[in-house]
Parts: sequence; structure tokens; C-alpha cells
Amino acid sequence: MSLSVLYDAPGPKTRRRSMIASIVGVIAIVAFAYWMYVILAAPRVNAASGVTTPGMFDISRWDILADPEVWIGFGNATLNTLRMAAAAAVLAIAIGIAFSLGRTSRFAWIRIPVSVLLEFIRGIPVLLMIFFVFLVVINDSYWAGVLGLALYNGAIIGEALRAGVVSLPRGQREAGLAIGLTPMKAWTFIEFPQAFRQMLPIILAQLVVLLKDTSLAYIVAYPELARTVGDYRNFFGSRYMFTLFLVGLVIYLTLNLTLSWVARYVARRSGPRLGKALPNTPKQIGEEGTRAITLPGRGFEPPDPHR
Amino acid sequence: MDAIIDVTPIYWNGFLTTLLLLLFAGVGAFVVGVLIATMRISPVPSLRVFATVYTEVLRNIPLLLVLMFTGLVLPILGVGLDYFPLAVIGLIAYTSPFVAEAIRSGFNGVAVGQAEAARSVGMGFVQTVTLVVLPQATRMVVPPLINVFIALTKNTSVAGIFFVDELFKQTGAATRDNPGSVMLVLIYAALLYLAITIPLGLIAGAIEKRVVVMK
Repeated sequence: MSLSVLYDAPGPKTRRRSMIASIVGVIAIVAFAYWMYVILAAPRVNAASGVTTPGMFDISRWDILADPEVWIGFGNATLNTLRMAAAAAVLAIAIGIAFSLGRTSRFAWIRIPVSVLLEFIRGIPVLLMIFFVFLVVINDSYWAGVLGLALYNGAIIGEALRAGVVSLPRGQREAGLAIGLTPMKAWTFIEFPQAFRQMLPIILAQLVVLLKDTSLAYIVAYPELARTVGDYRNFFGSRYMFTLFLVGLVIYLTLNLTLSWVARYVARRSGPRLGKALPNTPKQIGEEGTRAITLPGRGFEPPDPHR
Repeated sequence: MDAIIDVTPIYWNGFLTTLLLLLFAGVGAFVVGVLIATMRISPVPSLRVFATVYTEVLRNIPLLLVLMFTGLVLPILGVGLDYFPLAVIGLIAYTSPFVAEAIRSGFNGVAVGQAEAARSVGMGFVQTVTLVVLPQATRMVVPPLINVFIALTKNTSVAGIFFVDELFKQTGAATRDNPGSVMLVLIYAALLYLAITIPLGLIAGAIEKRVVVMK
């Protein structure tokens, strides 16, 4: 089954051994989970005051979840998160296109300032970016989050698009110029569409990062998911912290894994097949680990989308 | 201009804390990441599954939530650590999957023929990996790995939300103390972050160029 060249297809002995290893591994993980459960369920005694509080799975720590208001709050928070992510994603792609154009411009007076701006944006924390937009540009938490995220992720998408254009065979652009297109038209109709499709997996991976980063709008008090968890903790008291955290975690995981899955599906559908015609096919990030070494090593290494 | 001079001492302290966070979390994430990457290519299926699940789950949780866990939930569970080590633990947990992925992408960069040749002269898994693939992968791993550490540098700012007095937290305080020169104070902080990230980026670029030549 395994396609790795690093080791042989397992024989009966190895299969037995790895079976045993797997069983031991599963038992260890189950034991760990049980141990965690026991620790969590045990009543807590405060060492300083001697006050005993019930364990993490006690009903008194979960009763707020019976309140529909809490769920409405979480629902609204999820919608707010998605709203911010969607607006920022659209803007980020537009900004990314503008950046990639500016960065490769023929005119130095465009190219150099854009390059400096790009380095600046890519080098500072998103959190600082959002904070900066909030305090200096626009004093609105929603737009501060959207603009901060769009600028930061736009810079990264812009670099990806530029790398995509650079990796195209030169003949593409030359052919365009030869039939009388202006450089701008050659970019718009020939280079950009190919680069965009080729870089789609990376752009989508970046949008997953963007969705995660909406949680940083916490800092400007935008009522998204992470902020709501924090607010509920302040409102109901920290004994509900564990419960609230788990709910937030499950919602985030559901959102992000769904988007990651969609991103991977789209990447499989559009990325490699169209890329095959090109000599420098970018590698797919995050494919199945065991086959790592079987993938050919030649070609162009895309910029890390998580930078 | 006075604001710049006023905030310099607290910025300096914050900057040092940021560097310490980067150092501890960077070393920790590297160790854990190497471990996860090894598990991910190992012949034992249960290790592969564990490494994959670990990577997938942690990569899909926002860093803020990871730090919320270490900073707010762990103390409730009775972990009596200070906020700084708790933040380091959170940053290690969040960064290690990215380290593992960077290392794996380096493994992908080694030509298949290398591993095939090693296997065909009779080397086993451990020999193939340690003697043939790893030495070549190391070079290619360095640039993406530096990118991960650049991301880590920027991510340390999130620890500021959870009571660690690093640069971003000091920035927030500085903007409140100097309402007249908010923009100046913010740009000052941005430049301090760039003082870490841009040199790292330049190193990554230089190494990348040398690796490309060697190919």
C-alpha cells in the first residue's frame, strides 16, 4: 500500500510488529485521554483557601449551555467571524493583484515604493497592523479588522502571484508581445490567468490563515468568536472558562477544517492538472506524508504561505 | 519626538522579552517539529496517524485560542506556571506543526533517485534517512524554516494579549500614554519588529540562492 521508497513493502514479520506498535500506540493514547478525563473530572481544591470547586465535567460548569441566548450569541459571533473573513478575503485578493502588478512594474517610481511597502507589511505582526489601522486610519473595529487583515494577506498573496508569473515560461509573454499586445494586456490576458490558477492552492491556504487570523480582531473588541468566548468568561465567571473554551474550539475547528478541505479539493481539481503543461509546477503543500519522498524534487518552491 | 524618548525604555524591555520568547519557543518548536516530521515519514502507521492528526488539528486552531488555552485554561486546571512559560508552551504547540511541514517539504526537495540509490545498495530506512536524505534535505530546509521563525517572531505579539510584557503589549501601553503621537509610537514598534524579521528574511534569501546554485 505504501508508495514510499524509504522502506520496503512490509513483510509478515514487519506487519506483525507494526500492528503491535499500533495497538500499543492506541492503548497509550486512550490511556492518556482517560488520565486527562480523570484529572479534569476530579474536584478542585484551592491550595491557598482550601475551597473545593466541582470537576470540569460537573453539571454546574455546563448549565449555561442550556441557555438558548448563549447559543444565539455564539451563532452571531460565528457569523461576525465569517463576515469579516469574507470581506477581508475579497479585498486581500484585490490588493494582492495590485501589489503583484506594482512590484513587477516597468517604472521604478512605482516598483520601488511598492517593494518597500510590501517588505514593511510582511515584516510586522498582523496584530500590530490591525491595531495601527484602528488607531490611525479608521476608528471602527469591523473595518480595522478587515483592512488590517486584507493588507497583510494581500501582501502575501501578491508575492505568491508574482512568483507565479515569474515561473511561467518566458515564451508566454513574448508570444503575447509578438502579436502586438501591450505589456499590460499581455499580463492581463496571458500571464495573470495562468499564474492565478497555478497559485490557487497557495492563495486558498492563505485564506485559511486569514480565517484563523480574524480572531486577532479580539484586540479591537470586534465581537467575533474568540472575543465572545472572552466576554462570556467575564460575564459568567471563570468557572465556565473550560466549557466556553471547548465550544469556541469546536466551532473554529469545524470552520477551518471545512475550508481547508475545500481548499485541498479545489487544489486537486484545478492546480496540478493545469500546472502539468508548465515546466515549473509548484509543489502541493500538505499532501499525504508517507509519499513525501516519492514526489519529484525538481521545480519551483512556492513562498511559504504561513510567513 | 519626546514620545520616542519616553517609550524607549519600556520598548527596550518589551523587545528583549520578545527576543526571549522567540528564542525559547523557537528552540522548543524546532525540537518538537523534528520529532513530528520524523513520525510523519516513519514506517509505523500509528505514529504517522498521530503526527498527521497533531499537525492538522493545531494548524487549524487560531493562535489566539491556543494561547487562551495555555494562558487562561491551564491555570484553572491547576498548572502553577508563570505567564511567560505558559506563553512559550503555547507558541511551541502552535509553531511545531509548521516546523514539521517545512522539514517535510525539504524532504520532498531531495531527488527521488537519491533515496532509490540508497535503497538499491541495501540501506535500510534509518540508514537511508540519516546518511543520504537528511544531509541533503538540511540545506533545503533552512530557508522555509527561517520563514517559520519569521512567522513566530510576529506571532509572539499575540502573547501580549495574555499578560506577557512583550513588545506589542508595551505598544498598547505606549499609545495610551502618548495620545498625541500614536502614529509615531506605532511605527517605532513596527521598526523594532522589522529589525528582527528583515535580517532573518535576508539570510533566508541568501541561503536560498546558494541552494538553487547547488542544484
